[in-house]
Amino acid sequence: MRILVVDDFSTMRRIIKNLLRDLGFTNADEADDGSTALPMLQTGKYDFLVTDWNMPGMTGIDLLRAVRADDNLKSLPVLMVTAEAKRDQIVAAAQAGVNGYVVKPFTAAVLKEKIEKIFERIES
Amino acid sequence: MTTKKTKKDTSNEFESQLKIQASSLKDLVDAGNFGDALRVISQLNETRDKTLYQEVGRLTRSLHEAIRNFHIDTQSASSKEELSKIDDASDRLGYVVDMTNKAANKTLDLVEVSMPMASKIRDDADAIKADWARFRRREMKPDEFRDLSNRMEVFLEQISTDSNKVYGNLSDILLAQDFQDLTGQVIKRVIGLVKEVEENLVNLVVMAGKVDMMAGVTHEDIEQKDESERGEGPQIHAEQREDVVSGQDDVDDLLSSLGF
Repeated sequence: MRILVVDDFSTMRRIIKNLLRDLGFTNADEADDGSTALPMLQTGKYDFLVTDWNMPGMTGIDLLRAVRADDNLKSLPVLMVTAEAKRDQIVAAAQAGVNGYVVKPFTAAVLKEKIEKIFERIES
Repeated sequence: MTTKKTKKDTSNEFESQLKIQASSLKDLVDAGNFGDALRVISQLNETRDKTLYQEVGRLTRSLHEAIRNFHIDTQSASSKEELSKIDDASDRLGYVVDMTNKAANKTLDLVEVSMPMASKIRDDADAIKADWARFRRREMKPDEFRDLSNRMEVFLEQISTDSNKVYGNLSDILLAQDFQDLTGQVIKRVIGLVKEVEENLVNLVVMAGKVDMMAGVTHEDIEQKDESERGEGPQIHAEQREDVVSGQDDVDDLLSSLGF
């Protein structure tokens, strides 16, 4: 299981990577916005994407849309971890095909629950 | 204070002048005295122009003052000797970003060093606990016990040094929070500046409104572009807003209402 963590703040990437490691996911890479993440994803090495919304360059919602529009990536599970908390935005993310949505500030328990839920759905 | 008073006076003066001249205009037209009526109209125009020029002059002066107050450099950037207040505020906020970034990274470094120590202590203790239980149940051979007692000695030694290290790391994490005091002071100063700038801008807008009135200029409301696609960052008063979720439970409810 290889995971890509996309956030423009390095500390947030580190926090998420640490939490993922606690959950047993030790193989995670980082990208600092959508435009660096997309080519990494297109190599086909990743099984799961965790992304922020608000980033310079390409935003998380645009990255999500690009992933869903790409034939090789469209079934990649995507978890959004973001401070964006408007109802419209959450609806937009759901319509774009997000698999889970976590608002910051979040707890380790919430992140764990959402990730487990995503994998449960994929396996069933 | 004094400028505010005179400002009010001129617009009041203009209004009362307008009233007097309008009624005398009506009287003259009613009496059929069109020559004098036209003269009153041109007087009226003059009064309006004069007041308009005064208001524009006042606006320009205030604009200059505001620019001087914030040390905004209107000349070329090369002659910039003194940092403008805005530049200074930007620098200060940059400093806050640096400080918080450093503190967060330092804390994360220390946590990342301490966590494996804690989990190693737990794993070693679990293993020794299991063997110790076997010993208590008298299920242990003498050479196994010798091995256990050696491991125990190493373990106790290890705990002693590791807990010292963890303690030191925790105390460094404690000290890494000292940014709050410094960044708090800086942010408070910048908030003060922002308030000052806002007050000045509001005054300018009020003055410009007078000019608009005299010149008969109207403004169409500029349509606000929807910024939510770009992202807005954290919501500060989430609980007071209808269009914003106030936590993960709200997100989950919203998503499940969408069939998630």
